[in-house]
Amino acid sequence: MPQAQTIESAVNPNLVTPFINSVRDVFDKMAGVKITAQEPHLKAGKSTGHDISGIIGFSGAVAGSVVVSFPKAVAERLVEAFVRMPLECGTPDFVDAVGELVNMIAGSAKPYLGGVASISLPSVVIGQGYTVASMSSTPCVIIPCSSPHGDFAIELCIARQAGA
Amino acid sequence: MKVLVIDDSRAMRMILKTTLRELGHEVSEASNGQEGLDVLKSSGPFALALVDWNIPLVNGYEFVCKVRADPAYAAMKMVMVTTEVETSQVAKALGAGANEYVMKPFTKDILRDKIEMLAAA
Repeated sequence: MPQAQTIESAVNPNLVTPFINSVRDVFDKMAGVKITAQEPHLKAGKSTGHDISGIIGFSGAVAGSVVVSFPKAVAERLVEAFVRMPLECGTPDFVDAVGELVNMIAGSAKPYLGGVASISLPSVVIGQGYTVASMSSTPCVIIPCSSPHGDFAIELCIARQAGA
Repeated sequence: MKVLVIDDSRAMRMILKTTLRELGHEVSEASNGQEGLDVLKSSGPFALALVDWNIPLVNGYEFVCKVRADPAYAAMKMVMVTTEVETSQVAKALGAGANEYVMKPFTKDILRDKIEMLAAA
């Protein structure tokens, strides 16, 4: 009988810690919001239940995607703390702010992942009940995050590339 | 102090504008390097420009080079606002005439300290 895959065996912790540090740092410095990262766990099944996701792709020494997903009310409060004014969900300014947040989180983590990697421009998805699919060969780790404005999650589907 | 903020992200411009106004500065903005050069032409020299690296049309590095090539703006200080990703580019910008850089994410205190340091120089 095959053993269940554990997070330790599936994912290099050196790829997870930089994102925990960067999400704390970005929200603390830019929004004055303290973030608590919960125990990361392997993603099981599809990711649904969030309303807004910021997505960034990695290529080079580290490849895959990073998705930061929020419930609508949490995203609105965090964006307001970030830009220090309320922005209506779905407006271009709101989308730009979510993209900038995700870009900053990925950009701050990138130097600590090892090797030379590039990040894409961020994409922002707004909707309900959507699924964020990822490369089947890459294990995905969920980092649950808590803030005074509510919970959100970082989904890491990244891996070091052989020979990179 | 009269400050020009150049960033293609409206969110970043909002953050920088709010922070700089809280610090007592007068702020104008531009969403790309060419617009930044146009604002300089129409509004005259600024004491300080905060410049993002990845901006359209005329990028941050090109903006610094163009400004430093014009003696009319010799006294204007320029600060690159960038992510840690672009550290090698920061060195290039400093070599081209940028005075300082601020790494994102930053706090209001970090921004204030950099500006005060430049004003005192």
